[in-house]
Amino acid sequence: MQPNRELFEQILVMLRPLAQDELEITADTYLVDDLSLDSLKVMEVLVMIEDRFDISVPINILSDVRTVRDLVLQIQKLLAGGD
Amino acid sequence: MDIFDKFQKLSKTRQALEKNSSEFFNVVIEEVVSPTEVIIKGRTVLLAGGNNYLGLTFNAECIRAACQATQKDGTGTTGSRVANGTFSGHVALEQELSDFFGRRNTIIFSTGYIACLATLSTLVGRGEAILLDADCHASLYDGCRMGGADVIRFRHNDIHDLEKRLLRLEKRKTNVLIVVEGLYSMTGDRAPLGDIAALKRRYGAYLLIDEAHSLGVFGETGRGLAEEAGVEDSVDFIVGTFSKSLGATGGFCTSNHPDFDLLRYGSRAYIFTASSSPSIIASTRMALKILRSQPELKHRLWKHANMLYQRLKDLGFNLGPTPSPIIAIRCGDPGKTAEIWKGLLDRGIYVNMVLPPATPDGRALLRCSLSSSHTREQVEKIGEAFASLREIIWTID
Repeated sequence: MQPNRELFEQILVMLRPLAQDELEITADTYLVDDLSLDSLKVMEVLVMIEDRFDISVPINILSDVRTVRDLVLQIQKLLAGGD
Repeated sequence: MDIFDKFQKLSKTRQALEKNSSEFFNVVIEEVVSPTEVIIKGRTVLLAGGNNYLGLTFNAECIRAACQATQKDGTGTTGSRVANGTFSGHVALEQELSDFFGRRNTIIFSTGYIACLATLSTLVGRGEAILLDADCHASLYDGCRMGGADVIRFRHNDIHDLEKRLLRLEKRKTNVLIVVEGLYSMTGDRAPLGDIAALKRRYGAYLLIDEAHSLGVFGETGRGLAEEAGVEDSVDFIVGTFSKSLGATGGFCTSNHPDFDLLRYGSRAYIFTASSSPSIIASTRMALKILRSQPELKHRLWKHANMLYQRLKDLGFNLGPTPSPIIAIRCGDPGKTAEIWKGLLDRGIYVNMVLPPATPDGRALLRCSLSSSHTREQVEKIGEAFASLREIIWTID
């Protein structure tokens, strides 16, 4: 499954303020190792995504999320499956 | 690749902290003088972070009960509750807790952590959902995760945020459990329980409250925040611990649900743990009796809490919105916070230092907790120590 470009861009808008200056975020960027997001910040991102797309995003998805691509794909799945 | 390579980041954080305050990781209590004083490195230190709200760890009746139980029933049960580990004391304590809370049934666990783990991981399963306050304790997070239910966080104490999430879940037509704490352990603020209970009723959800830090602290009879807020009828499950106001270790969950007892047979964390030793059960039973019969302990605790809160507020510290027996001083920079923590220890005061990500807003904080066993002079001494460190604190961002 390929990440939806538009969704990727929308999630990028939320991640950018949390990243170190000048760091280019790609689909392969690791949330923890590259963006230095701790577990709490990653969960905050999920809350933002919930409100942005008006969906429920269980924190359970995080066990399958390492990179931005993983995150986008999980949200894509939730959006496709309804809520 | 070494199996510990993944801990390198943690190791670096620890090294940086050790540079500022090597004592932080090496606090060993050599002797306990009283509920409020200990010996650390040969010096008497006043505990201002002990969670010993009613000061019952040294209560003579509790100690006597624990000693008698050890002599009578031995040092341990050597078994699980579902095997050879149910003694008459366990059953009696469950009944006494049910009487105290006015609920049909109570299950006790070997620790408060296990109480949360066992209850949440069993009660809510796949296809169901949990709405968890973002600032809930790790034991609640861990229990939620183990159960397989969808775990959805809402912003701390934010009623509108909770309602939005309840609305989204409405169309699923599944069981939804709202999970909150009474008194939040890190920040000392309390849940808006009246509003949460109203939402719970409106959306047909279940409500679980962790009264770990509010048992013996809130409510006319000390049952916790649900009693104080007048919403006990809307709370389906109360979990709590014996390791704070009751001065021992262990935990419980109590409920009016007619099938609540089934949790015993479905919960691995209950089945596969040795039950609490007779001494713990005996001292907890006595502590519960004292909590019920000596409301003056709670009143003294609040006197101390209000006194220190006001003193720190007058000094200009960044505190929570209302006084409580947990007073969090928001500091910010972990290095500076460690410096203040060390400064307090040098002045003979022990408080808890809490560092991100264990803190709710990503800023380091110092956490004080009061006891009814503190003296007025001791509370004043804690305030004085903070006053003498104001200059370091002002330099924090």
